[in-house]
Amino acid sequence: MSEHPERALPEDKPLTIAGTTYQSRLLVGTGKYRDLSETGHAIEASGAEIVTFAVRRTNLGQNPDEPSLLDVVSPAKYTMLPNTAGCYTAKDAIRTCKLARELLDGHNLVKLEVLGEEKTLYPNMTETLVAAEALIKDGFDVMVYCSDDPLLAKRLEEMGCLAIMPLGAPIGSGLGIQNRYNIRLIVENANVPVLVDAGVGTASDATLAMELGCDGVLMNTAIAQAQDPIRMAKAMRLAIESGRDAYLAGRMPKKLYASASSPIDGTFF
Amino acid sequence: MQIQVNGEPMELNDGATVSDLIQRMALEGKRLAVEVNEDIVPRSEHPQFTFSEGDRVEVVHAIGGG
Repeated sequence: MSEHPERALPEDKPLTIAGTTYQSRLLVGTGKYRDLSETGHAIEASGAEIVTFAVRRTNLGQNPDEPSLLDVVSPAKYTMLPNTAGCYTAKDAIRTCKLARELLDGHNLVKLEVLGEEKTLYPNMTETLVAAEALIKDGFDVMVYCSDDPLLAKRLEEMGCLAIMPLGAPIGSGLGIQNRYNIRLIVENANVPVLVDAGVGTASDATLAMELGCDGVLMNTAIAQAQDPIRMAKAMRLAIESGRDAYLAGRMPKKLYASASSPIDGTFF
Repeated sequence: MQIQVNGEPMELNDGATVSDLIQRMALEGKRLAVEVNEDIVPRSEHPQFTFSEGDRVEVVHAIGGG
């Protein structure tokens, strides 16, 4: 028995999106895994409760017994977040969201992303704004992938987007957060959840996002393309929790020079 | 009657419905969504909705993505 029993920490306010609260602040994608079994195990290990997926054409009748993503990642267990990945116009993104809503029996939550170019997959913000407006008008709950421009982030919030999701670095690049100052400004100005979406490469990148005050992180490649995705999923879960606690704890101020941790008084030499 | 399904031409009997197409594609009972000429055809309308010559049909499902 310890003489100092653990002191309960003040409760953190859970992440709330579209009226649902989540214990996990890690959102994960389902792409780029070796197979569906690995997808399922990695998502389980990540502790994520919101899971993104893509909407694509079915095969024309070949291999009807092929397992489906939704058999492994059940909409009964997870909040499914359809994305508009691959869309380069507002029109295509809106079509994709409508198909996703039909696919999930009227589920309105979507991740809007409208891409600008193939090399960087950087968001096309003009088309993103057009699509966001139309989708919100049509009753969708929009979580929006966007550039890390604080003014555009605010504009998306004012339009009614439920969550602002700036990139940390290009999708699938694993470069980590390239402009932490902008992410911090977006967080400071926002009254809706801010999640870093894209660019995380390893656990410390996720921790940094959370230390900057983000409400969560959405990632896919960093887990799926790790040598051991299931272990990386666990690492990311812990990284997000660590970063959140560090943010809530409030870090010590940075100093230019040393400050001894042991007292000078009582030295005998 | 010829229609386009997921970008490929397909020959269907006149009066064929969305449900007939799903059966032909061996996708019955699967979770999917259907769009005809860029308009959603809700699941409840699949048995009644009949195709017309030249319809452009998309049949989509959920796959891995981030």
